[in-house]
Amino acid sequence: MNLLYQLFVDPFVQMAGAPDLLAQTIWEGFVGGVLYALIALGFVLIFKASGVFNFAQGIMMVFAALTLVGLHEKGVPAYLALIATIGVMYLLALGVERVVLRPLVNQPDIILFMATFGLTYFLIGLGELLFGGNPKTMITQELYLPSGSIDLKMLGGTVSLQKIDIAAALIALVMVAGLGLFFQKTRIGRALRAVADDHQAALSVGISLNQIWVVVWFAAGIVALATGVFWGARSEVSFSLQIVALKALPVLILGGLTSIPGAIVGGLIIGIGEKLGEFYWGPIFGGGIDAWLAYFIALAFLLFRPQGLFGERIIERI
Amino acid sequence: MSDAGPGEILLSVEEVSLSFGGVKAIRDVSFDIKKGEIRAIIGPNGAGKTSMLNVINGFYHPQRGRIAFRGETRPAMKPHEAAAHGIARTFQNVALFKGMSTLDNIMAGRTLRMKRGLFWQALRHGPALAEEIEHRRFCEGIVDFLEIEAIRKTAVGSLPYGLQKRVELGRALAMEPDLLLLDEPMAGMNLEEKEDMCRFILDVNHQFGATIALIEHDMGVVMDLADRVVVMEYGRKIADGTPDEVKRDKSVIDAYLGVAH
Repeated sequence: MNLLYQLFVDPFVQMAGAPDLLAQTIWEGFVGGVLYALIALGFVLIFKASGVFNFAQGIMMVFAALTLVGLHEKGVPAYLALIATIGVMYLLALGVERVVLRPLVNQPDIILFMATFGLTYFLIGLGELLFGGNPKTMITQELYLPSGSIDLKMLGGTVSLQKIDIAAALIALVMVAGLGLFFQKTRIGRALRAVADDHQAALSVGISLNQIWVVVWFAAGIVALATGVFWGARSEVSFSLQIVALKALPVLILGGLTSIPGAIVGGLIIGIGEKLGEFYWGPIFGGGIDAWLAYFIALAFLLFRPQGLFGERIIERI
Repeated sequence: MSDAGPGEILLSVEEVSLSFGGVKAIRDVSFDIKKGEIRAIIGPNGAGKTSMLNVINGFYHPQRGRIAFRGETRPAMKPHEAAAHGIARTFQNVALFKGMSTLDNIMAGRTLRMKRGLFWQALRHGPALAEEIEHRRFCEGIVDFLEIEAIRKTAVGSLPYGLQKRVELGRALAMEPDLLLLDEPMAGMNLEEKEDMCRFILDVNHQFGATIALIEHDMGVVMDLADRVVVMEYGRKIADGTPDEVKRDKSVIDAYLGVAH
């Protein structure tokens, strides 16, 4: 009886008792969710275009952030370093297409998936070789990202919003909206979707697979850079950051592997759910529930919508 | 579209051989396709007909032989380059973009004709928007022509097979090809669908002026449509000529009916 009360009544009593705390928790969850969504977006982009689950997305994020900070440490001005990092991500996309994807055309998906494992270890090695293995601090100030916080007096208390979180949310929203439109409405977007559906048919109408893959991996690289900057700013830039990318898995399960809106909504549900769960329900389980709560939420959704919230149901006539 | 006048040779296949390891799919085959004609490739299963189309549009690269398109002999060509040179095709097992609508599938055929760069497209404004509208108009014309207005917005994966084949033809037409390769355009269709498809193929040939090479198993259809027929068996060409000539050819009769030993 006591447990039931703790599970189903007490948290809501607490929420009602301190609405400002609730708002604060939701905001923090929202920001976390936006960042999860951004990571998930990187996966979705590549999955849509090449049908590959890119295991290296997490390390691409670390690698991008590391390149940015590393270049700055070596004396390159912050904004030049940012542009150079974008260039590096483009070269990476070119290299992946040339060395990994092109030789593996028409191979089963699992082979391509394994190849992305290889890419992961390659990038870890390359990153350590170039910039060392020590954790670094993200150069937020040099990039003119705002710091400090805004305190809102509301709901009978204060809710404080970190300015960098606001910036992260805004940039993420712009990127997501831009990519969504791009995919849906333009020639290259249509070509991307065409490639995702059928490689041979795409080739026959004159779409160059090589070009599309470069575009997609580059886009995923840019997304990785943005995520790397903001995750890096929240903790530090180190290789352990790639674990965060695994949090994108429940987001993808929830949103559907092929849907950009799915990545966003999935990210927000996981982000907010996680924070609320941790804050209000965590103490019942002795804390630390954020490690598994995301997967639990995803599993619950899976029971009812196996294709994810926005995933394409595969309709095929037999 | 093409520089070649009527009756001139648009594409010639010269002594082409293709093998996969020990399997010889095509052995020393030569034939030509004249501008404006409907050229059929027939033969029993496994004769190498689809391999031949794959060679022509660059999916396969033959070990020996040459292919000249509009008088230009070309080295190994990639499929998207063949498309850029004006060769479009459909597939034996419909290869559409299943998650996309009919219109989007056909618009995908316009990919090569749309030139605006990534930048304008990303903004979806100005020149890119004007271009999108212009090509959309062209595609609506194809939709009218193929009488598929009712399914413009339907995801093609959910369409019946006969309609999917029609959408696939539409996508190939959107490329405004000089040479259209059709791989069994009527396979699995009922009589009525076949008659429709025949009509479309003839209209494409007459109205759009496209040269057509098609593979088909339905002999009645082939004999009605084709100007000239190539017959293949076990990777070799065994006959070449007008439908009447081919019909009377002894090796063709043997190939189709079997020889009494």
